[in-house]
Amino acid sequence: MPLYHNDDQAMLKDSVAPFMTEQAPVSHLRKLRDGADATGFSRDLWVQFTEMGLPGMLVPEAHGGLGMGHMEAGIVLEEIGRNLTPSPFLATSVGAVAALAKAGGTQAGRWLPAIASGEAIVALAIDEGAKHRPDRIATTATRAGNGFRLDGRKSFVLHGHVADMSIVAARTDGGITLFAVPRDAKGVTADPRRLVDSSLASHVTFDGVELDADAVIGEVDAGGDILDALLAATRTGAAAEMVGVGQGAMDMTVTYLKERKQFGKLIGEFQGLQHRAAHLYGEMEVARATVMKAQQLLDEGSEGAKLMVSVAKAKAGRAANLAVREGVQMHGGIGMTDEYDIGLYMKRDRALAEYMGDVHYHIDQVARMNGY
Amino acid sequence: MSDLDAFRAEVRAWLEANCPPEMREPIRDEDDVCWGGRNFKFKNAAQKQWLDACAAKGYTVPDWPKPYGGAGLTAEQTKILKQEMKRIKARSPLDSFGIWMLGPALLQFGTEEQKVQYLNPIARGEIRWCQGYSEPGSGSDLVSLQTFGEDKGDHWVVNGSKIWTSYADKADWIFCLVRTDKANKYQGITFMLFDMESKGVTTKPILLISGNSPFCETFFDDVEVPKTQYVGEINRGWDVAKYLLGHEREMISGGGAGGDMVSIGGAFAKAFGKNAAGELDDPILRAEMAAFDVDVFAYRAMGERFMDMWKTGRAHPASSNMMKYVGTELNKRRHELVMSGGGSDALEWDSEATKGGARPRAWLRTKANSIEGGTSEVMLNVIAKRILDLPGA
Ligand SMILES: Cc1cc2nc3c(=O)[nH]c(=O)nc-3n(C[C@H](O)[C@H](O)[C@H](O)COP(=O)(O)OP(=O)(O)OC[C@H]3O[C@@H](n4cnc5c(N)ncnc54)[C@H](O)[C@@H]3O)c2cc1C
Ligand SMILES: Cc1cc2nc3c(=O)[nH]c(=O)nc-3n(C[C@H](O)[C@H](O)[C@H](O)COP(=O)(O)OP(=O)(O)OC[C@H]3O[C@@H](n4cnc5c(N)ncnc54)[C@H](O)[C@@H]3O)c2cc1C
Repeated sequence: MPLYHNDDQAMLKDSVAPFMTEQAPVSHLRKLRDGADATGFSRDLWVQFTEMGLPGMLVPEAHGGLGMGHMEAGIVLEEIGRNLTPSPFLATSVGAVAALAKAGGTQAGRWLPAIASGEAIVALAIDEGAKHRPDRIATTATRAGNGFRLDGRKSFVLHGHVADMSIVAARTDGGITLFAVPRDAKGVTADPRRLVDSSLASHVTFDGVELDADAVIGEVDAGGDILDALLAATRTGAAAEMVGVGQGAMDMTVTYLKERKQFGKLIGEFQGLQHRAAHLYGEMEVARATVMKAQQLLDEGSEGAKLMVSVAKAKAGRAANLAVREGVQMHGGIGMTDEYDIGLYMKRDRALAEYMGDVHYHIDQVARMNGY
Repeated sequence: MSDLDAFRAEVRAWLEANCPPEMREPIRDEDDVCWGGRNFKFKNAAQKQWLDACAAKGYTVPDWPKPYGGAGLTAEQTKILKQEMKRIKARSPLDSFGIWMLGPALLQFGTEEQKVQYLNPIARGEIRWCQGYSEPGSGSDLVSLQTFGEDKGDHWVVNGSKIWTSYADKADWIFCLVRTDKANKYQGITFMLFDMESKGVTTKPILLISGNSPFCETFFDDVEVPKTQYVGEINRGWDVAKYLLGHEREMISGGGAGGDMVSIGGAFAKAFGKNAAGELDDPILRAEMAAFDVDVFAYRAMGERFMDMWKTGRAHPASSNMMKYVGTELNKRRHELVMSGGGSDALEWDSEATKGGARPRAWLRTKANSIEGGTSEVMLNVIAKRILDLPGA
């Protein structure tokens, strides 16, 4: 399959791109931020997402979704990134859907249709410390009665304080098990913290939370594969969003180079800046191709997907980071002001960079997958 | 089965039947590369057999039309052929400037007669071409070139000199930029074709830092070139020259992918040994190699996307400049790491154990990647101007 968007995908982009710039441009984020919004996103906007069928893009048709792939989800995420649009799309419609669809069963039947209809927000409770270490999950689920008792503490749970359900990765006797934990379960406390990019992520505590046996997503002790699916989808999605963030920052900066005059010239005439902008262009193009390749391999169910997902998260992380750093620098003093959007891109990039494994984590993964 | 699946099956069977086992071994040295040409000495029978089989099938230039020696494959079919060749580690049957550079330019600008006349011998590996662009005073600023062709009615008399002409001493013909109007900088150059055996052509090899001398100074002393042997229009050779450079840059960019070396850390892990955690036993080098591997895997995806778009007319016409810049800088970084990985062994210059200093020579050779075909700085200038549309670029 060629590594560019086919006609259907191009059409999707043509409808999503104007939607995002009209309904949820950077000013939308500013409004939420300045109004000290306590949800982390606009419910009204999520209704509009739903009218376009976006929340259920990846949900199989049998569960009321559109049955699309990661390539399509990536198109939406890139526009979300370009516009810094706050939404639960990545966690709910990509990460949670990937896990539930992979697992099937009761929880899939319950939550997938609710996600597709826009009714349910689902959070991902994976990390437990400041860094992403999914191989060191310490939260435990011990057998109790007919079900389980959940104890532990999760961090960096986006939408954790408003999600209708959280997917929680916990250690069980013989491995990892994923659980669907409803928000109103007794013993769950979410402590939302405002992050640098104005999003809200919670520290969530599970204190003797009693769960029915059917809260298990997939099979007991066999959550590893489902967690892998969740991670692959979310990492690829975050990488796509970072391509959008980087592209948005780069476009804004290149435009500025053509407007700002110093020394009697447009600053874009200075070769010292031209070369850096051209270098950035190359890095962004490579990042975009890499993310598309990861999406394509995931959609094909290819064995090579895991490697390419880590490559994509690392490469997009590097490229977007370069874009926002050069962006602020090339704006000079005004790049440091809150009034200019470029700083907001820098902040969002930083949050996405950490999400589900930073550049260093994924570079290390690439080494491991290549036997060193 | 889709048409493409059927095509894949057909290609697979053909390769199985026609690619000799020796041609599935990794390229070890320059002799393993088949350049073709009047004076080419085949290293062994298998090399010739593989070339002949591919030439007969049109597979030396699979996407060229059949009348010109190709197989007339679509972009998707060509990609499948490449994938299947890679799968069995088949060597390229023929590498040449004719295939990479002159061919695409002729397909775009040549007359029907020229296409038939020049493309078929390129496809069959019979005529080897060299590139007469650079001059002592005209490198990056190529358009300032001074080699002059004086109009003598039915022919030109060419005088001047070229430099850095790769394989000029081995090539049969040259495609050459010659000034035919001194008053007009851009519209005063003609893209000429002539035989290197023409009277008045001499070459002098130049020794490189790698110790090899693959390129030459080339001198033209009253060389007569018939006025039929030019491509495009007289005085409009710059258009052809630039178009050709796009293809040259695309070709050079391919080195970034790293050929047989899938993962540099994987390749060196054995030599270094691993620690108890199974990690390459030099943590900082491991980290650098891993970061490099990320960039290489990423670049391969870029290469795939670029080719998919380039071959179907979707790519920005200047995007081969970006590919060349990224790919050549990557290849230089690769060979710095190969040298670090090799330690003092990689310093040996002519020992048998190091195959005559293969590593340091290759390392030094890669330094030219970001110079030949247009320097990295020039690539960045072109991206700034033609893609980013920056002012004054
Ligand atoms: C936190 C902060 C505190 C400050 N405090 C003070 C203060 O107390 N008093 C005061 O007077 N000023 C102050 N400044 C202003 C500061 O000195 C200017 O921001 C700085 O000189 C850059 O000018 P500019 O912002 O107009 O950017 P510009 O000059 O417009 O530069 C924009 C971009 O173009 C690049 N550029 C410009 N010219 C060239 C060139 N010839 N070649 C290559 N690149 C070029 C710049 O490097 C930059 O990346 C402060 C700035 C900041 C951010
Ligand atoms: C191995 C090898 C094989 C080659 N094969 C051939 C061949 O077969 N045929 C052929 O015709 N030529 C060939 N070349 C020549 C090659 O195309 C030139 O070397 C190249 O175009 C650079 O020209 P130059 O060497 O004169 O360097 P210069 O143009 O003198 O450049 C010197 C430095 O200045 C920089 N520079 C120049 N202009 C600018 C600018 N505007 N902005 C910023 N920086 C600038 C360059 O990037 C470079 O770093 C080959 C070169 C090599 C190394």
